[in-house]
Amino acid sequence: MSKKKIFVQGNEACIQGALYAGCRFYAGYPITPSTEVMEQMAANLPKVGGKFIQMEDEIGSIAAIVGAVAAGEKAMTGTSGPGFSLKQEIMGYAAMAEIPMVVVNVMRAGPSTGYPTGPSQADVMQAKWGSHGDSPSVVLVPSSVQELFYETIRAFNLAEKYRTPVVILFDEVIGHMREAITIPEPGEVEVIERAKPDCAPEDYKPYEVKDGKVAPLAAFGTGYRYHITGLYHAEDGFPTADQQYIHDTNMRLVNKIEDNKADICENEELFLEDAETVVFAYGVSAKSAKFAVKELRAAGIKAGLLRPKTIWPFPSDAVEKISKTAKKIIVPEMNLGQIHGEVERYAAGRCEVQGIFRVDTEPIHPKQIMNAVLGVPVEPTVIPDVVDFTARG
Amino acid sequence: MTTEATARTVPYKEKKPFDYDPYLRQGKLPHIWCAGCGHGIVLKSLLRAIDALGWKNDDISMVSGIGCSSRTPGYVDFNTMHTLHGRAFAFATGVKFANPKLNVIVTTGDGDALAIGGNHFIHAARRNMDMTILVYNNYIYGMTSGQGSPTMPEGAVSTTSRFGSIEPPFDTCELAKTAGATFVARGTAFHAQELEKTLYEALKHKGTSVVDILDSCPTYYGRFNKHKNVSEMMKSIEKDGTISVAQAAKLPPEKTEGKIVRGILHRAERLEYCDGYQNLLDRVQNK
Repeated sequence: MSKKKIFVQGNEACIQGALYAGCRFYAGYPITPSTEVMEQMAANLPKVGGKFIQMEDEIGSIAAIVGAVAAGEKAMTGTSGPGFSLKQEIMGYAAMAEIPMVVVNVMRAGPSTGYPTGPSQADVMQAKWGSHGDSPSVVLVPSSVQELFYETIRAFNLAEKYRTPVVILFDEVIGHMREAITIPEPGEVEVIERAKPDCAPEDYKPYEVKDGKVAPLAAFGTGYRYHITGLYHAEDGFPTADQQYIHDTNMRLVNKIEDNKADICENEELFLEDAETVVFAYGVSAKSAKFAVKELRAAGIKAGLLRPKTIWPFPSDAVEKISKTAKKIIVPEMNLGQIHGEVERYAAGRCEVQGIFRVDTEPIHPKQIMNAVLGVPVEPTVIPDVVDFTARG
Repeated sequence: MTTEATARTVPYKEKKPFDYDPYLRQGKLPHIWCAGCGHGIVLKSLLRAIDALGWKNDDISMVSGIGCSSRTPGYVDFNTMHTLHGRAFAFATGVKFANPKLNVIVTTGDGDALAIGGNHFIHAARRNMDMTILVYNNYIYGMTSGQGSPTMPEGAVSTTSRFGSIEPPFDTCELAKTAGATFVARGTAFHAQELEKTLYEALKHKGTSVVDILDSCPTYYGRFNKHKNVSEMMKSIEKDGTISVAQAAKLPPEKTEGKIVRGILHRAERLEYCDGYQNLLDRVQNK
């Protein structure tokens, strides 16, 4: 791989990012609109000596990548809405067993089979709470094809750094949109390799915590024989019924992410210094939001953009900060207000929070966002003909 | 059911007394299995077979699902993974495909393998990836206190078939063979030495090997189905209810009716999955 420009779909940019990050194992199952992720892996992994397997179902796919990670590979699986639902039990297993891996969900409209070929952003809460129990969540929400490439590398890096599953959440539009992207030279972008234990095998404890960091995950077959289970387990990996330890472990699993928000959360900020109205947008909706904010600024209106690239852990500090300076935060999203509620929670009444919720499988139009900023009532399914920049609702 | 008329001669040297210690995680014993449960007998047969093969602990990965039998990996000093209900085959597929040098063994139960894991089971058999699957078959869900499983005989009583099961059972071996497993055998916890030899052959076989192991759950199956005690249960189900491949070959069909046949039931040569993938890599990369 050398530096080159390619014109690709988001789904292919994602696998290019995965290959760059050293992913050499993919297991998947066909589902619209993420199928190209699997197809491109099937076409590209053998060329670099990697392993590709089409499994019998969604559950088998995510189970296989956990197994592959235990055997030392960097691994990924991809899916869309219904498949993401099926994978949830093993998302929890991976969180519990602290398996570094990457799961892609190209969102489509739900609930249920819904509208397979239309975009949505309605899996953001599922990505956080989909599996039973309180588990840590790292979820990235890229909003362009090039960014998807970089965020996929970051997903693998975060997975290795925190020994946890990481979800890349994008939607049918980003997945199928074609953009020219640059693939950097090897070494140009940092790739974190899996840490290896440096102790003797007899001293190895796969869940030992030192300085707040869990021990490296040894690969099966390298002499470090140990046990992996989804049960609450002690430092040596074997089941425990110690209640204090269970409490501490659950806290540690969640806090290893929450306490490192400063490292994991990344935001794009535009015109926030003096913004009276801030649009908080992610993924495909952020594309429209960015366009709208620039148009508004050009017309002399003090609008700003806060665009999280990481939606979980939630960028609460950034929201708190703007809620102290802005009069209003607008949250456009292709669901019925899943992140709007989080923004309200952290704005804590300091400013008004208004949502634009569109679920008709059409991306939110910049004009809808502009009207919302201007105080003009917004119909979710109606794209306004004109925007009156002199309007003040 | 029998496709192989005669039992194979097994090159096998019995060691006495056998030292299990190198294979067990002593600190994790005693195990959770009830008195009279056959799982320990199965485990001992397995460890003796592994020893006969001379496999090193470092090179073995044991993967299980959920249930009593799936607790086996916790007790053995291999690279072990206790996964989720029904999913062991898929996890094991990932382990083996990622590192084909590992000898992969799946320990599972009748409910784990054939109910919730049925789809993974048949596809594992179809792919013919080199792994050995041990189905500890005791007709019942023991971990959750005695619900009927897909191998439970018609008429049998469980907490979910209090008036007798009205469902026909799966035949694990027929299912595995039809799905494409290239080594299919049956053993019992009663015939421990025979099981050891069967497992030796199963482990040695390159491809997906399935061994259905009739096992006893006196705590639930035995109690619900009027078996007086463990030995009576093992004798009536595993000893008197089964005949060997060799015995079956000598008897007329009417005499084998209703009997479950033990031994190696099916063996086929077919390209192993990881070898097939290596061929694919060679083809793609040498283009």
